[in-house]
Amino acid sequence: MTIQHYIFLAVALFSIGVIGVLTRRNIIIIFMCIELMLNAVNLLLVAFSKMHSLAATAADAASKAGTEGQIFVFFIMVVAAAEVSVGLAIIVMMYRNTHSVDVNFLNRLKH
Amino acid sequence: MSITHLLFWFLTVLALGSALMVIFSKNPVHSILWLIGTFFAISGHYILLNAQFLAIVNIIVYAGAIMVLFLFVVMLMNLNTSAIPVKNKWLGFAGVISGGCLLLVLTAALKDTAVMRNDVQMNTGDIGLIHNLGMVLFKDYVLPFEVSSVLFLSAMVGAMIIGKKDTNETS
Repeated sequence: MTIQHYIFLAVALFSIGVIGVLTRRNIIIIFMCIELMLNAVNLLLVAFSKMHSLAATAADAASKAGTEGQIFVFFIMVVAAAEVSVGLAIIVMMYRNTHSVDVNFLNRLKH
Repeated sequence: MSITHLLFWFLTVLALGSALMVIFSKNPVHSILWLIGTFFAISGHYILLNAQFLAIVNIIVYAGAIMVLFLFVVMLMNLNTSAIPVKNKWLGFAGVISGGCLLLVLTAALKDTAVMRNDVQMNTGDIGLIHNLGMVLFKDYVLPFEVSSVLFLSAMVGAMIIGKKDTNETS
């Protein structure tokens, strides 16, 4: 598989996430689409890491190039887990105040 | 066509189809279940790339912990009752059009670049194994690892403070 398959797959997943954020009005679905976009980026990082690994091991068989990309994906997952816990707490608090998860009811800051 | 290619296309179709079902299904619980399917497909891609540690972490953290948290919040809110919002049809149409434009622009900008023909190492290579990643994580990246524990602590405290019932308001 060449890198372009992975690039197009990740771009398609990211665009589906963007479409979900733009069209859906349920705040939980919007949050899930953000997770989808994060995962598309993670997949692309791993694919690029393996691409660099292939190029480096062709020159030097003991090379460890590309490890940093996977470490980075690991830290993205860590940050995403913390983000989800705080975000869901905010959603629960919002539901308690407005009894709805529709983002159209969140326009109170305008008034 | 080898078995690796077949698996790649199968997982790609699975990931894209589940992702489309996430944004087009009406029931939020069904959306969450389709998103779990997407995460499993992405984990399959990680295994295909021989990034086994990330595949396992993806299943445990995303499909396990985060999605259960989502499911728990949705079930807590009892969303199936009513409150179907009045949906503007043109707004959804405009969203799909602009998302498609993003897809088109990114694809057109990237398809002629030089790196696109580079091969990706599949099924071999030991940089994704837990031995190599653990050595790097605990030697070179030990400070960010410890800082992330502080991040988790602050996220936990923040979630508890936000989710706590406001006692001043009721009294």
